[in-house]
Amino acid sequence: MEDLWSNLFWFLAGTVILLIVSLLHVAYLTYAERKIIARMQQRLGPNRVGPRGLLQPIADMLKLLTKEDIIPAQVDRPVFYIAPFISLVCAGTGIALVPLWENFVISNINVGLLFILALSSLSAYGVILSGWASNSRYAFLGGLRASAQVISYEIAMSLALLSVVLMAGSLNLGDIVRAQINSPFKVYLIPQLIGFFVFIVSAVAECNRTPFDLPEAETELVAGYFVEYSGMRFALFYLAEYFGMLVMSALAVTCFLGGWAGPFEVPYVPFFWFVVKVYALLFFYIWIRATLPRYRYDQLMDLGWKVLIPLGLINLFLTALIKLIF
Amino acid sequence: MSLVLEVNKKQKGKDSWEEPFYLNMGPQHPSTHGVLRLFLELEGETIVNCDPIIGYLHRGIEKLAENLNYNQTIVLSDRLDYISSAANNVAFALAFEKLLRLEVPRRAKLIRTIVSEMARICSHLLWLATHALDIGAMTVFLYCFRDREWLLNIYERICGARLTHSYVRVGGVRRDFEPEVIEELYRFVEEFPKRITDYETLIDTNRIWLKRTKNIAVVSTEEAFNLGLTGPCLRGSGVSYDVRKFRPYDAYSEVEFEVPIGQNGDTYDRYRVRMIELRQSNWIIKQCLDRLSETEGEAVLAENSPDLLMPEKVREVSAQPHPKLGVMFKPKEKEIVPVGEAFASIESPKGELSVYVVSDGSSRPWRLRIRTPSFVHISAISHMTKGHMIADLVAIIGTLDIVLGDSDR
Repeated sequence: MEDLWSNLFWFLAGTVILLIVSLLHVAYLTYAERKIIARMQQRLGPNRVGPRGLLQPIADMLKLLTKEDIIPAQVDRPVFYIAPFISLVCAGTGIALVPLWENFVISNINVGLLFILALSSLSAYGVILSGWASNSRYAFLGGLRASAQVISYEIAMSLALLSVVLMAGSLNLGDIVRAQINSPFKVYLIPQLIGFFVFIVSAVAECNRTPFDLPEAETELVAGYFVEYSGMRFALFYLAEYFGMLVMSALAVTCFLGGWAGPFEVPYVPFFWFVVKVYALLFFYIWIRATLPRYRYDQLMDLGWKVLIPLGLINLFLTALIKLIF
Repeated sequence: MSLVLEVNKKQKGKDSWEEPFYLNMGPQHPSTHGVLRLFLELEGETIVNCDPIIGYLHRGIEKLAENLNYNQTIVLSDRLDYISSAANNVAFALAFEKLLRLEVPRRAKLIRTIVSEMARICSHLLWLATHALDIGAMTVFLYCFRDREWLLNIYERICGARLTHSYVRVGGVRRDFEPEVIEELYRFVEEFPKRITDYETLIDTNRIWLKRTKNIAVVSTEEAFNLGLTGPCLRGSGVSYDVRKFRPYDAYSEVEFEVPIGQNGDTYDRYRVRMIELRQSNWIIKQCLDRLSETEGEAVLAENSPDLLMPEKVREVSAQPHPKLGVMFKPKEKEIVPVGEAFASIESPKGELSVYVVSDGSSRPWRLRIRTPSFVHISAISHMTKGHMIADLVAIIGTLDIVLGDSDR
């Protein structure tokens, strides 16, 4: 009985700490994005609130919290209320399944990878439902685009991850990392190069980031699915987007880049290598946003169905073949 | 909206409900470049029909001009295509000079050529910035604005204004260049080709950019003529027509430059044409700057050019014999401006800008008619967008390079 209580306590404490840490990460990811893109575009970026603009995310949050929450007259109210929460919860929960270091994972379940995939698919419902419930034509088109995007990319992403599962022989994320550490290359990036490419492209599409930011395409659909949202509900969509980036980067690190393992051990900071890798991937996300134009809706589906899915299938086939021979 | 009601009425009694999806884009929309309103009929995301609706920025410039004298009218021309106001100034001034039979000094001609080409670079930079932003490339936007800022600062040095210059006057220009301006312009001319290469490395070979622009909104040579396209849009369709070459004005007859043309007439070709024009404009500015030193110290305003404040009517008092009263001093109205009409057209950055003016002898135009490229280009939207998608519509608005101030007047 004693054991159960202490277990529960540590579980709750871990959850709360992880939640706070990841929320702070998400908040400062927006700041980092603005600063990095500003540097790439020869601007200064936020520099007014606090030293070097460091308090900008907090100021933004306070502003959005105190804004009026406008609900247009024609919306489908219950769905309109729920949609941002669906997006955020589905995007954010995934972080609980990722092993941050050797023995630290909030929820160590055997179908971790499957669960994350399911959640990320569900988060698209937030987008689609908000597009439908807003009763606005721009939002509707945004939702439509989101659903088209989901069906084109989920499959490619699953195929890429399936090869990893095949190599590791487990769906448990901790086991996948351990299998990588014991493998000859130490990371799955080298044997699974095609898979990694497919996964990263799909992950960018999954998070609705440039060049696949079609559902919110600012210059075409104004803001896409969240055009009718304001105040904190609007902020929830933003949080969901950045949470999605964080989870997808963590997943990529876990499945392809060897998780917490690194070239040498850093004393007292067991999560050092994990965090470094995640930051590198997040920087990559921001970098391509500053560089690339946007795909068109049908071109994106072409890319998904004609390039990424065949590539994923070939990769899966090759992996299975090699696994069979050796 | 009447169309919607019609459809609703037609389908009221039926079981199936096949109403087309209507989308009203604008007048407030981030990528309609001002206050253009587009009424779209969609099928999925494909455009079945696109109705451009203009008039949200109508200021009645042609009518206003009838109540202002010729020099004051130049100020109105700034507000036409506010991105390249120097070029509009030149168009107005040319027409009025033809009417007044004024000969512009050579130095003024060179200076006018320089400011028009600066306007072209400004306009093309803004076009590239917004076109790239519409297609989603954010960084190009800020790079272009950085360089446009440089030119605007030079403009400020030249005449004190950044956007609405009114620098050109009937009969010349308002004031001469300062030596610092010429130095700064030389610096710009040296540096700018490198900047163009920068933009090109960002987007020219970018696969996504090519996918979004190649074979989008293809306009054949014949269609381009029928739609009345001018400027880079016409040249993109393979027609080598440039007013600067065919009816040279100002100092264009004495400078060398090439007229770039495209082959396929798609969005990418129009983009290439404008990129080459940026380089050509840069070259023209360089040649004019070299020639400016030859005319050092000359006047920049024709001697007989009209004053800024032209009298409304001039009464000439002349002695006339009267049968009964002997000699009588009777006032008679004198012509300030010769009665007649004049027409001038220039190659403005967006296309051919023509001004037609009719004078009745007073100091105000009796009628002023402006033919602006944007107005004609907007009418081409509905033809060019047929069968394309919403994302392409945004690219097409960008490639036509329209300014609503220019179209609505």
